[in-house]
Amino acid sequence: MLKEYKTVSEIVGPLMTVQGVEGVKFDELVDIELQTGERRRGQVLEINGDKAVVQLFEGSSGINLDETKVRFLGKPLSLDVSEDMIGRTFDGMGRVNDGGPDLIPEKSLDINGQAINPIAREYPDEFIQTGISTIDHLNTLVRGQKLPVFSGSGLPHKELAAQIARQASVTNKDEKFAVVFAAIGITFEEAEFFMNDFKETGAIDRSVLFINLANDPAIERIATPRMALTAAEYLAFEKDMHVLVIMTDMTNYAEALREISAARREVPGRRGYPGYLYTNLATLYERAGRLEGTKGSVTQIPILTMPEDDITHPIPDLTGYITEGQIILSRELYNQGYQPPIDVLPSLSRLKDKGTGEGKTREDHAPTMNQMFSAYAQGKEAKELSAVLGEAALSDSDKKYVEFTNKFEKEYVNQGNYTDRSIEETLDLGWDLLRVLPRPELKRIKDDMLDKYMPKGE
Amino acid sequence: MSKGTIVSVSGPLVTASGMETANIQDICRVGELGLIGEIIEMRGDVASIQVYEETSMVGPGETVETTGEALSVELAPGMISQMFDGIQRPLDEFMEKTQSNYLERGMTIAPLNRDKKWEFVPSVEVGTDLTEGDIVGTVQETNVIEHRIMVPYGVKGKLKSIETGSFTVTDTIYVLETETGDKEFTMMQKWPVRQGRPIAEKLNPVEPLITGQRVIDTLFPVAKGGAAAVPGPFGAGKTVVQHQIAKWADVDLVVYVGCGERGNEMTDVINEFPELIDPNTGESIMARTVLIANTSNMPVAAREASIYTGITIAEYFRDMGYSVAIMADSTSRWAEALREMSGRLEEMPGDEGYPAYLGSRIAEYYERAGKVISLGSTGREGSITAIGAVSPPGGDTSEPVTQNTLRVAKVFWGLDSSLAQRRHFPSINWLNSYSLYSNDMNSFVGEKLDVDWSGMVTHTKSLLQDESELQEIVRLVGVESLSEKDRLKLVTARMVREDYLQQNAFDDVDTYTSRNKQYEMLNTILKYQQEAEKAMGLGAYYDEIIKGTEDVRERIGRMKFVPEEELSRIKEINAQIEKDMKVVLEKGGVESDA
Ligand SMILES: Nc1ncnc2c1ncn2[C@@H]1O[C@H](COP(=O)(O)OP(=O)(O)OP(=O)(O)O)[C@@H](O)[C@H]1O
Ligand SMILES: [Mg+2]
Repeated sequence: MLKEYKTVSEIVGPLMTVQGVEGVKFDELVDIELQTGERRRGQVLEINGDKAVVQLFEGSSGINLDETKVRFLGKPLSLDVSEDMIGRTFDGMGRVNDGGPDLIPEKSLDINGQAINPIAREYPDEFIQTGISTIDHLNTLVRGQKLPVFSGSGLPHKELAAQIARQASVTNKDEKFAVVFAAIGITFEEAEFFMNDFKETGAIDRSVLFINLANDPAIERIATPRMALTAAEYLAFEKDMHVLVIMTDMTNYAEALREISAARREVPGRRGYPGYLYTNLATLYERAGRLEGTKGSVTQIPILTMPEDDITHPIPDLTGYITEGQIILSRELYNQGYQPPIDVLPSLSRLKDKGTGEGKTREDHAPTMNQMFSAYAQGKEAKELSAVLGEAALSDSDKKYVEFTNKFEKEYVNQGNYTDRSIEETLDLGWDLLRVLPRPELKRIKDDMLDKYMPKGE
Repeated sequence: MSKGTIVSVSGPLVTASGMETANIQDICRVGELGLIGEIIEMRGDVASIQVYEETSMVGPGETVETTGEALSVELAPGMISQMFDGIQRPLDEFMEKTQSNYLERGMTIAPLNRDKKWEFVPSVEVGTDLTEGDIVGTVQETNVIEHRIMVPYGVKGKLKSIETGSFTVTDTIYVLETETGDKEFTMMQKWPVRQGRPIAEKLNPVEPLITGQRVIDTLFPVAKGGAAAVPGPFGAGKTVVQHQIAKWADVDLVVYVGCGERGNEMTDVINEFPELIDPNTGESIMARTVLIANTSNMPVAAREASIYTGITIAEYFRDMGYSVAIMADSTSRWAEALREMSGRLEEMPGDEGYPAYLGSRIAEYYERAGKVISLGSTGREGSITAIGAVSPPGGDTSEPVTQNTLRVAKVFWGLDSSLAQRRHFPSINWLNSYSLYSNDMNSFVGEKLDVDWSGMVTHTKSLLQDESELQEIVRLVGVESLSEKDRLKLVTARMVREDYLQQNAFDDVDTYTSRNKQYEMLNTILKYQQEAEKAMGLGAYYDEIIKGTEDVRERIGRMKFVPEEELSRIKEINAQIEKDMKVVLEKGGVESDA
C-alpha cells in the first residue's frame, strides 16, 4: 500500500512542494488526487530531506493545499508498449485517446530511455529515398539520422513532412516500416492535416500517434516527445522496424521547459531558456540511430518554427548543434510559389557522405552535388550583383550562373508536393542543369566523369 | 573512507550528511546502485557530490561511501585504440559486461584490462640508481607506439631486481631499494586527473605540426606544443577539422575527446580510423589513437571530467618523449557542464550564467599543453598540442567561452558559416583567422624545403586581402571599373581560394596534402600570376590572357587531385604556364601586326 500525503505546502506555477515525505526518489512518478476526485500526474524534480518538488504535467489549477492527496508511485514515468500500438492514437502522456480499447501491454518502459553506448551504434549509411530532389541529392537523409526541418511561421513544413512520410515509405515495401508522430502543442488544424494525409495514404495503419494540442496542458509537452521516442525505440530495436519519428513543434517543447525553469527560479540562459537546454534536447535527439545486433532504426524529423525566422534563436541554434544537419525552408522561395521551398545552401545533411555514391545511389552523386552547390551559390551572388548594378555588369560566365540558378529553382527545387522523383531522375535532371555552364567551370567533377555524363560535343 | 547519508537529489547534484571525514575531490559510490560521484564542495558534514551517472530513482536516506581517492586515471599499456568514457571506463568492455546496448548504471570496470599480458623488455640493469621519470623498460604496445614504462613520481632508489617477459599491468616487474625499504612496482601508475603531471622544464615551441590541411599549414600553422581554438557555428566544420588533424597530423599519438557531441561521430571514428594509413608511419592511425567519448546524452558531470581524463593521458605519453595532439570537441559543452553544476550549487553567476572561474579553468587546461623536458635523469623532449573546438551560441564569438579561449590559444581558426554554406571547406576565414606562430613556423618550413616559403605565404595573404577590397569595389560599381592588373589579381585570388584553400576531406587524394605538394601547388598558382603580369607588361590584354590560359587554369584547378607520388605532374603544369603565356603574346603580336 502506497503512503498517501496530504502535506502539499506550496504551489508555484506548474510546481508543487510536498512536505514530510519519506523514501521519495528523484524522478519518481507522482499520482495526485484533487478534492474533486480528478487524478493528475507529476514527477519529482528535486528531493531535499523530507521535501519533494513535483512538476505537474497537467498544471496546478484547482489544486488545494489542504485536501489534495499525493502518492509517490515508486517508479519513473513509463509508457506501456506493445506491437498493437500501431494504428492507435494516444494523448501527450501516452494514454489511449482514440476511443478504442486499452492496450494489453507487453511491457512498461521508462520514457527517459537510457544513453546508448557509442560502441553499440552502427553508423547510419543506408540511403532513404524521399523522392524530393533537394533532399535526396543535396541533403541526403539516411536511416537512423536526425534531420530537423527549420521552418518559420506560415511556411509549409507540414506539407514537407507529410511528403517525406508518404514517399519515403514506398521504397521500403519489403521491410517493416512505421511512423511515430508526436504533436507537441500544435493546432487542431495542423494535427488534422497530418491525420488526413496519413488516412488517405493508408499510412495510418502503420502509425502511432501521440497528440498534445495547443489547448492541452503545456507541461505535458515535456513528456510527449519522450513517449513518442520510447514507442519508436521499442518498435525499432525490439520489433525490427524502420521507424520514422516526426515531432512537431519542438519550439513548444522548449517553451514548456522554460516555464518549469522559470518556476524553479533557475539562472536563465539566452532568451530565458535554461542553460541546460542543449543537454536536454540532446537526450531527445540522440535517441535516433541504429544499434548493433538489431535490424531496425529510428530516424527523426523534428520540426521547429524559428521565432522571427531567426536561426540564431536558441532553439534552432542548439538543435543544429545536436542534429545531423538541417533542412531549412525559405520564405523567399515560398513567396515565389516554389514547393517545397527548401533553401539548399544553409541546409545540410552531415551523413550524406557515407550514404551516397556507387552502390548506394550513383557514382556521380557527390561530385554533381558539390558542383551544384557551388554553382547555385555563385549564381545567387551574381543575381544580387545584377540587382544593384544591372545585368550589364555581369560577365558572360556570371550570366551563365544566373541562368543556372533560375533553372535550378524553377525546375529542380520546385517539384511540387506530389512529385516523387527517383534518385536517378534527380541526378539526370542535375546534369541537365549543369550543361548550362561551360565545362571548365565544372572543376568539382573529375574529367572521366564529365566525359561519361557530359560527352564532349554536347 | 567515510560513509554518509543522502540528504537531497537534484539532477546530477547529490548532497550527503555525515561526511565530515571525507576529502574534497574524493570519489564516492552513491546510493544503492553505487553510482560514481565526486565531492566538489564540503560544508560542515555535508558534502556536495557531482554524480557521473543518471540519478533517476535515487533518494534521501540511501548511503554514500567514499573511496578515499581522487578521480584518477590508470596509466599503463592498454590505452591505445581504446574508447573510454569520461571517467576512463572502457566502452567495449562495458558493453560486454552489461550485455546491453545502453549505458547501464553503477558499473565498475577496471580502466585497463587486468588479464592481458604484455611483453616487457627491461632497459636498465640491476644496481642502477633510478629516479622519478626514468625509463625502466618498454612494451611494444602497437606497431607504432613503444610504451615506455617510467618510474612513478616521487620515487627514488636503486634497482634491486627487474623481470623480462610477459606480464599483466598488475604484476610486479621491478623492485627498488628506497630509503623506506624495498618497494615493488608494476607497469601501472595512477594519476589524479585534475592535476597536471610534473615536468622538468617548459620549452618554446619551434616546429610546426603538419596537418596536411593546406589552409592550416600554409596560412595559420600551429606549433607542436601550441594551442589552437576552432570556433564556429553549427555545421561550419569544427568536427571535420578536428577529425582531419587527428587523422593526418605528424604526431606520435592522438587523444581525441568527444565531449558532449554526437554519438555517431564517435562511431565514425571507430569505424574509419582503423582503415586509414598514417602517411608518416605506414601503419593504421588507430594504432596511435586514444578515444574518450562522453556524448551529449551521457551524464553532464562526466562530460566535465572527460577533458581532464584526456589531457592526463596525453601528458603521460608526452612524458615518454612523444609528440601528442589532443582534440576536444567541444570545449563549449564542457563549459556548459561547469555552468550547470555551478547553477545547482547556487554559486553567483558571472557572464552569461557561467561561473566566475570559467576563465581560469580554461587557462589551466590549455596550460597543460606545451613542449617540455620530462622528469628523469635523462629528460626527454615531448609535446602536447591542444586543439579545442568552441561552439558559440548563434555563432557569435563575443561570448565568454570563445573570448576566454582566445586569451590563451595562440592560433585562431575562425570558421565561417557563409563559407560553409557555399561549401567552401575547410571554412576557415582567411581574413580574420590568425596564428601567432606563423613567422617562426614559416622560416622553419622555408629552411626545410630550401625555398622562400615566408615570402610566398606573405604574398598569398596580401593577395587575399587585396581581393576582399577589390570585391568591395566590384559590388559597388562593377568589375569594369577595375584596372586589368586588378582583374588579374581577382583571377589569381580566386585560384588561391578555390584551387588551394578549398580542400575536400572526403576525397581520397585531396584529404591530405604533404608539405612538398603544398609548395608545388602554391608555387604554380603564384607562378601563374607572375607570368600573367609579365605578359601584361609586354602588352597582352586581360581577355587574351584569360582565353589563352583556359586549359592551364583548368589543370591548375585539378592539381589537388594529383596523387602524392606524381608531383611531377604539377611541375608540368608549372612549365605549361610559361609556354601558354608565350603563345598568348605571340598571337597578340600577330594580331597587332595585321
Ligand atoms: N573539409 C571538408 N570537406 C568536405 N566537407 C566538409 C569539410 N568540412 C566540413 N564539411 C561538411 O560540413 C559538415 C559539417 O561539418 P562538422 O560536422 O565538422 O561541423 P561542426 O562545426 O562540427 O558542427 P557542430 O557544431 O554542429 O558539431 C560535414 O558533415 C561535411 O559535410
Ligand atoms: Mg561538430
